[in-house]
Amino acid sequence: MGFLSYLISGLGLGSVYAIIALGYTMVYGIAKMLNFAHGDVIMIGAYVSFFALNSFGLSLPVTILLAVTVCTALGIVIEKLAYKPLRQASSLAVLITAIGVSYFLQNGAQLLWSSSTKVFPSVFGNGSITIGSLSVSILTIITIMTCIVVMVALTLFINKTKTGRAMRACSEDKGASTLMGINVNSIISITFAIGSGLAAIASLLLCAAYPSVFPTLGSMPGIKAFTAAVFGGIGSIPGAFLGGLLLGIIEIFAKAYISTQLSDAIVFAVLIVVLLIKPTGLLGAKQNEKV
Amino acid sequence: MSDSKLIVLDVKDLGIDFGGLTAVNDFCLQIYEKEIVGLIGPNGAGKTTVFNMLTKVYQPSRGQIFFCGEDTAKKTVVDMNKAGIARTFQNIRLFSKLSVLDNVMTGFHNSITYSPVSAVLRLPSFRAQEREFTKKAMELLSIFGLEDQAGQMAANLPYGAQRRLEIARAMATNPKLLLLDEPAAGMNPQETEELMDMIRLVRDHFGIAILLIEHDMKLVMGICERITVLNYGMLLAEGTPDEIQNNPAVVKAYLGE
Amino acid sequence: MEKKKNIFAALFGEGVRNRTFSFIIVIAAYIILESMRRSGSLSSLFTGLLVPICCYVIAAIGLNLNVGISGELNLGQAGFMSIGAFTGISVSGCLASSLTNPTLRLIVSILVAMLVAVIFGLIIGVPVLKLQGDYLAIVTLAFGQIIMSLVTNMYLGFDENGFQFSFVENRTKLAKGGKMLLSGPMGANGTDRISTFTVGAVMIVLALLVVYNIMYSKSGRAIMAARDNRIAAESVGINIARTKMLAFVISAAMAGAAGALYGLNYKTLVPAKFDFNTSILILVFVVLGGLGNMTGTIIATVVLVLLPELLRPIADYRMLTYAIILILTMIITNNPVVRKFFGGLKLRRDTAGREA
Repeated sequence: MGFLSYLISGLGLGSVYAIIALGYTMVYGIAKMLNFAHGDVIMIGAYVSFFALNSFGLSLPVTILLAVTVCTALGIVIEKLAYKPLRQASSLAVLITAIGVSYFLQNGAQLLWSSSTKVFPSVFGNGSITIGSLSVSILTIITIMTCIVVMVALTLFINKTKTGRAMRACSEDKGASTLMGINVNSIISITFAIGSGLAAIASLLLCAAYPSVFPTLGSMPGIKAFTAAVFGGIGSIPGAFLGGLLLGIIEIFAKAYISTQLSDAIVFAVLIVVLLIKPTGLLGAKQNEKV
Repeated sequence: MSDSKLIVLDVKDLGIDFGGLTAVNDFCLQIYEKEIVGLIGPNGAGKTTVFNMLTKVYQPSRGQIFFCGEDTAKKTVVDMNKAGIARTFQNIRLFSKLSVLDNVMTGFHNSITYSPVSAVLRLPSFRAQEREFTKKAMELLSIFGLEDQAGQMAANLPYGAQRRLEIARAMATNPKLLLLDEPAAGMNPQETEELMDMIRLVRDHFGIAILLIEHDMKLVMGICERITVLNYGMLLAEGTPDEIQNNPAVVKAYLGE
Repeated sequence: MEKKKNIFAALFGEGVRNRTFSFIIVIAAYIILESMRRSGSLSSLFTGLLVPICCYVIAAIGLNLNVGISGELNLGQAGFMSIGAFTGISVSGCLASSLTNPTLRLIVSILVAMLVAVIFGLIIGVPVLKLQGDYLAIVTLAFGQIIMSLVTNMYLGFDENGFQFSFVENRTKLAKGGKMLLSGPMGANGTDRISTFTVGAVMIVLALLVVYNIMYSKSGRAIMAARDNRIAAESVGINIARTKMLAFVISAAMAGAAGALYGLNYKTLVPAKFDFNTSILILVFVVLGGLGNMTGTIIATVVLVLLPELLRPIADYRMLTYAIILILTMIITNNPVVRKFFGGLKLRRDTAGREA
């Protein structure tokens, strides 16, 4: 494999990270919290898709719809039950609660579906397209296309709709938004709903590429995507997109050219270097405190 | 001002831009020892920005600041304090979860010389210095009428007391020049009156120079020996309280056409 | 007279009560548990948990200095524990023949482990402490991941010719009688189990002593000042980076010591033990125990380490229950009504204390 094909598979992996990272970054932007349970929403999405495809034999579009619905509902419920009572609490208290939710989902999944790995059925086939000497799998193309569609749709939503404008207002100043008649609680709910819905889409793409489903499957992609969000500048939507793609490319290049075993170390080392040069990520807003 | 007095602060053509926007330009100021100088001007004139440049919270874009004859171009916020400039803040910045006494004790940070190791081992040097500086801190607190609140958490003090504590903390750093950013903001006339006495007392007791930003004209005219007026980031006038009060340009800037 | 009391109250304030109390509970718990252990009235499960509890308590006390007192979120404490654990195991492994007294060997191993953790603390701290808030947190997370990844790929052997080290692939060729100290993902095997509850308890007391004596000193005031108001702290001449660094490095040293004690308590130890979840676990101890509250940290650590064990009767549901308890505790302790109630109690107690 040459440079170009590594680049393309890096973009594929990065697209998945980007979609997950959007969930992190949107929630951070609005609710100012690190939602560590986000990775486990992906896991739930993966199980839902698995059972829909395998046990109920549903078609792919119905499966996607089902997974998105379940994850969206789950996101809203988590926010209502666990995070909403902590609106006034310290960010650390919310962080620990998010970790509690993460444990809950992982152990719940283990109880319901056992810890043994389930093999995810092939959904997009093994086909590939060959252009000259370059061969790209259909899955990678679908993944990248999905990411682009999500990105465009989300950008339009944030910039062109009333709800999107309200979301931007909330991320700037919740107090002022309330005074302007924006229902901050429903905006936070919508944010969680969108983030979780995206997690469901990511879960399908992730499982199509790595076809095994187990209770802790969301942890590592979750941490990586969170890293991607910070990499791009947490709170920034184009930042999450850029961070995700770059992280995917760096990971694949590290695996291909340096060492498979050390790829994680390299990814995280690059993150540290980037933050030292740009302390608020690639596209993050500079934090200036008024004196 | 007579030339026999020593110049503490000498600011030459100071200016700063924020992203192409000039906030302060060509600002000059001399402060002599033991002098109380007022810095006034309409809202948004750039008064606090001047303070932030003098303490290096902002790095000036142009000009020079000489403090006790020394060029401060390369100094940081911490260096400026070590050199002898202490300040208070417009929006009070106390260490809210520390006690009133500990707030003042932080001001002694660079006077206290024992190492963390001697603190861990509770060596005699630690004990002696803690005793010495606690005593000094209590003396400062009693000057500012806060000795009875020494053990309270700073956040629990009433507003006026918080402002006084901020001055006490600044004084603990043993400054030669004290910058007060709207010390009377939020105080009632009675408290303001007491504050004026306190500021004079601080100058006489410690023999330092004071530069203060204030909107309360009674305070400014009452205690300042000289006043500098800033408008739109530019120096508008300079002089004694009488001269400033009768300066048509100043009156125009404050009252409009 | 009145003034004198005030000075005393301000100097030691609430701290002195809390401080004495934490030493008392540690020593009392040690005496009770150690005598129970010797008389054989402790179950083997519980006996096995004594040293790990000490390790978590020490790491959590250190982390509380970093997170509670210094106010910087650290998601990489397990990384420093990992460094300490595998350094300690290696030191103990190669001293096995030359230093036969196990307690002495344990102490030497712990000291070396602390030193190495401090060096890593300085290396990672110098650039990293320029960052703030969540960005600093993510870098500590990244650091923990990097350490785990590196240790997983390390091979270290020791024979009569000295050390042999290789990375990623095992290329060590040991002479007869040689010993593998680190075997990549397999970690350390055949470790001499020299950790004891007594050493653990002494370490907790020392850790408390260090943290309290730092807290109630110039450095502690500076650390808390930098936490409460960064700009004001600089304005009184406090060097923020140096101050935060002190807290960070002491925290790293304690995690290193805790790691060594932990590593030398088990025959085998894999690098994956010190993953992100372990960092989080220690953070949970700190937050539940109360930021800046060392007594609370100790109690929370003990309770949360024992909780899954106590929940064993409900076997399958224990981790689920643990998660629910965690969430409910956070929600209840942060409920405004509950907080007000406890705030009222505390105020009443303080006023009562002052009048007495």
